[in-house]
Amino acid sequence: MEKQRYERPIIRRLNTGVMNKFGTKTEYEPVTHIDDCAVKDLLADYGSPLFVISEKKIHETYQEAKRAFTTRYPKVQFAWSYKTNYISAVCNVYHQLGSWAEVVSGFEYQKALKNGVPGSKIIFNGPDKTVDELKLAMENKSLIHIDHLDELYTLTELCEETGIRPKVAIRINMDTGIYPMWDRFGFNYENGQAWDAINKIVLSDRMDLVGLHCHIGTFMLTANAYGVAATKLSELALSIQSKYGKKIQYIDMGGGFASKNTLKGSFLSGYDTSPSFDDYAEAISTSIMNAGFVEDELPLLILETGRAMIDEAGYLLGSVISNKRLSDGRKATIMDFGVNIMFTSFWYDHKISPAQEFSHHTEDTVMYGPLCMNIDVVRENATLPPMKRGDQVVVHTVGAYNMTQWMQFIALRPAVVMIDLQGKPHLIRKREELTNIDQQEQMPDYLKEFKL
Amino acid sequence: MISLKKNIAVSESGFVFNPTTGDSFSLNGVGTDILKLMKDGKSEAEIKSTVRTWYDVDQDTFDKDYYDFLKMLGQYKLLDAE
Repeated sequence: MEKQRYERPIIRRLNTGVMNKFGTKTEYEPVTHIDDCAVKDLLADYGSPLFVISEKKIHETYQEAKRAFTTRYPKVQFAWSYKTNYISAVCNVYHQLGSWAEVVSGFEYQKALKNGVPGSKIIFNGPDKTVDELKLAMENKSLIHIDHLDELYTLTELCEETGIRPKVAIRINMDTGIYPMWDRFGFNYENGQAWDAINKIVLSDRMDLVGLHCHIGTFMLTANAYGVAATKLSELALSIQSKYGKKIQYIDMGGGFASKNTLKGSFLSGYDTSPSFDDYAEAISTSIMNAGFVEDELPLLILETGRAMIDEAGYLLGSVISNKRLSDGRKATIMDFGVNIMFTSFWYDHKISPAQEFSHHTEDTVMYGPLCMNIDVVRENATLPPMKRGDQVVVHTVGAYNMTQWMQFIALRPAVVMIDLQGKPHLIRKREELTNIDQQEQMPDYLKEFKL
Repeated sequence: MISLKKNIAVSESGFVFNPTTGDSFSLNGVGTDILKLMKDGKSEAEIKSTVRTWYDVDQDTFDKDYYDFLKMLGQYKLLDAE
């Protein structure tokens, strides 16, 4: 007689009265495949844990965003936000789709150049650009977004020194009715800092002010704030035109669009609360078009959205290390991935699905990572079927920030695989080894030997 | 020997009722089988060997899960005091 599939015995008290406000079970079907690739095969071939990127999902999301904006506004350009995920293969998928590069450091700038992005299609943002990096960006005709007056003065000196006339924009922060207001970047709109910078740039006559840039926040759950920002930037562009006769060629609305992840403490899931690309597009394009630009002088609309573009295309596959019972009776599950490679578990209640068949019984469990650190909590409470050592799971919506903010802490970082449009997996980042860490270290001679 | 309280009712589908407290519980398949074997008065060794002949599980894994399950039964006051 064939033995039945084993599941750890569980008993669950049935409660009557008010429903559990955190809901009941969320998983009904195992996620055994990602884009036709079996989860168990991927883990067998590339090891556990493993990040997986779906190129198909990237394409779908990009086309959804593009459709939302281009059907409402005539001139739209996306720029891939490198800090969101700068694995070169990922960047190149966006570049193949037509995205420019948006970088916030010299390192990211070099990465974009190495990937083959023409200098003139790189937007250089951020508060920390060194003299050498600014010089290189000027020589490459990149779009330099000035963040503060010290940078403006450095750039002015470099213009004198090199004789190059760079294309610049200024980053503007403003009150859009949301909290917190991101006023640490750029020049403030309301108190006149922005005009001060604009006057200095135009009157110095050493650089071309071609754009206005803002980035009002992150994971913005209201599209209206973008409408307010777009109105303010449009008014500023028109004022510059009337005061100096200079046309602003582009308005860069930055990023900050929310993905479908569920923020911690949120009652409803991200699918129910996050605005769609259509919501953002409607707010932004309506504001710019109603601002009063002459029809053929509408500025190019640049969007640097990263998170909403890639979050859903990323999966983290992992395995159960152990189950244990905590002192207060709660069940705990220890996974082989933790906050070291899934930084976003500090912000989100990530959806986690078992990758093998399971019964309809569930239990509440705390999900811990493998680190010897108390903060290593992947989910504070998840309602999942009982899982045993070796069982595999799929964590959803991890494409943004995890593959850039991951830490080489206690454990080495896992491999990253991209599944192409035909369903074929490609290794795009190798699993780290001790030599990757060792090669950066140097041992002074006197410390090379010891006796114990 | 650890045993289930005599008045605990266990249905075929894994519904458990404690008439003393009014509490009710649900069990999964393996949990239901263990409780039925306990109700039939089987010893710990008999329960372990029977479950292992029915299900695809190794001894170490089942031992660990079995003792955790017994702890939960105790926690829910379903076991006899001795």
